[in-house]
Amino acid sequence: MTEETTAPLKIVVLVKHVPDVQFDRHIDSDTLRLDRSESVLSELDEYAVEAAVALVEAQGGFAAGHEVIAATMGGKSASNSVKKALQMGASSGIHLNDDALAGSDTVATSKALAALIEHVGAVDLVVTGMSSTDAETSVVPAQLAERLNFAQLTHALAIEFDGASRELTIRRDHAERTLSLAATLPAVLSVTDQANEPRYPNFKAIMAAKKKSITEVSLADISLSATGVGTAGSRTSVLNATARPAREAGTVINDSGQAGIALVDFLAEQKLI
Amino acid sequence: MPSALVFFNELSDVPSKAQRELLTLASRFDQSTLAVASEVSQDAQNILANYGLSKLLVAPSQGDVFVDHALSVLEAAVKQSAAEVVLVANDNFNREVAARLAVRLDGAVVTDAIDVATDLVVTKDELAGSYSAQAQSTGGTLFVSVKPNSIEDDPQSSGQQLEVQTLEIQSPTTAQVRVVATEAKAVSDRPKLTEARVVVAGGRGVNGDFGPVEDLADALAGAVGASRAATDAGWITHDAQIGQTGVTVSPQLFISAGISGAIQQKAGMQTSKCIVAINKDVDAPVFEIADFGIVGDLSKVLPQAAEEIRRRQA
Repeated sequence: MTEETTAPLKIVVLVKHVPDVQFDRHIDSDTLRLDRSESVLSELDEYAVEAAVALVEAQGGFAAGHEVIAATMGGKSASNSVKKALQMGASSGIHLNDDALAGSDTVATSKALAALIEHVGAVDLVVTGMSSTDAETSVVPAQLAERLNFAQLTHALAIEFDGASRELTIRRDHAERTLSLAATLPAVLSVTDQANEPRYPNFKAIMAAKKKSITEVSLADISLSATGVGTAGSRTSVLNATARPAREAGTVINDSGQAGIALVDFLAEQKLI
Repeated sequence: MPSALVFFNELSDVPSKAQRELLTLASRFDQSTLAVASEVSQDAQNILANYGLSKLLVAPSQGDVFVDHALSVLEAAVKQSAAEVVLVANDNFNREVAARLAVRLDGAVVTDAIDVATDLVVTKDELAGSYSAQAQSTGGTLFVSVKPNSIEDDPQSSGQQLEVQTLEIQSPTTAQVRVVATEAKAVSDRPKLTEARVVVAGGRGVNGDFGPVEDLADALAGAVGASRAATDAGWITHDAQIGQTGVTVSPQLFISAGISGAIQQKAGMQTSKCIVAINKDVDAPVFEIADFGIVGDLSKVLPQAAEEIRRRQA
């Protein structure tokens, strides 16, 4: 463990409670909102938690005064995702819990999250996954950089942090190139699944997480009005959402030596060659 | 009718297929402007002239910059063109630029669009293409990132004079992010994965040898893709990864070879028009969504198919 003499880092890692991708997911035809009943921590956010905790461990650990605060917004059950992040090593949690948040688009979501991060105060680094697995827009981290006036270091394939200069460097794909990008904190960092291997919490970590606190806040607590978020605060309105017909299995043949020819026959029939 | 603005961060001598699709989409609108945050060559201008653009705004960057220049250029272009809708490519960089500008200018942003009608109703994919939804702006400029292969490239006029103007950037944003190194990726002669009409993808079943996958892709003039298992194994670069954490493709023909078809993988390819699957395991989930399936050894089936295609085309 390195003994850096850096100022303690205050890191917020954003976690999202999303419908489990292993099950069929549905958009309600009346509310046009996603059915969130079978939800879990978005698996891509595990890379964010890992990145935040690993960064602290490389800078002297939590004993050096660093903090990793797992933050979420959403209904009551969203705190389950914060709990998972605490088991993975985050030091505390905060949950923006308000019914008025439902139906927020990215503009309204980033507004609420930026206000939550400002409420936490003196944050050096915001860490997120590369995308949620439900809406899959992947743009909220960039919008947070815009709102907080933090450097945008998004879609990181690899992460390096220099404690002395407080400079964060990432590698990221951009057009036909891979770039190394650097910025001094504060920054918003979004982490791809290439950046690390998230840890599995062991029994000790699960027990330790039970002693960590999750602060619950409302919109009023962070000085936001209900009309600024949710459907009312969104800049997009959803007109309709229709399930596409499920794909059906076509012919399946066993190769008895001529399947390559049969494949070409099929492509010719479909006018694909 | 509303007016449209198309934004390109970079433009080579020949606009990419995705860029030409955006220009075609913009030509639906009364007025369409193109803003480019890099140099635009004469060759590129000659092609751009075929898309009925009212104006081309150019603002080359000074040196190696990341997102800050693009943000300044697009902000200035939106203000100058007074466009109601801004169209960008659906890659991470462009959608982030669009989304930041939506926040900055109090506009709306929609990603993963497959169509934008002239009444500014956007059609988009939801839940990895298992739903189709329509959305619109509640006010303010509408920023839309459009998936490749959604609009048919259709240049109209030729020889039209293109009005080119250098875009004045009033107060350039101070760069917060520095580019400290740039590495070019290996250039492939194959079509770009996200834009290709045909994709042949290999997974764990290729067992380290992408030769048969590449050979069939070349016989079909297609792109080569891979599952995460194959990229994680280091058999092919990460850029080829199709799925939740890789690229999403929607080609006319997707050939899946030796890929079981886990949910995260299907998320990247299930909107393909036609899916063909080759797998040794009859129970592989990919067969549930394949229009044509072959239970067999890909190292035999793929070369035989490639040879037969070449024979028929000879």
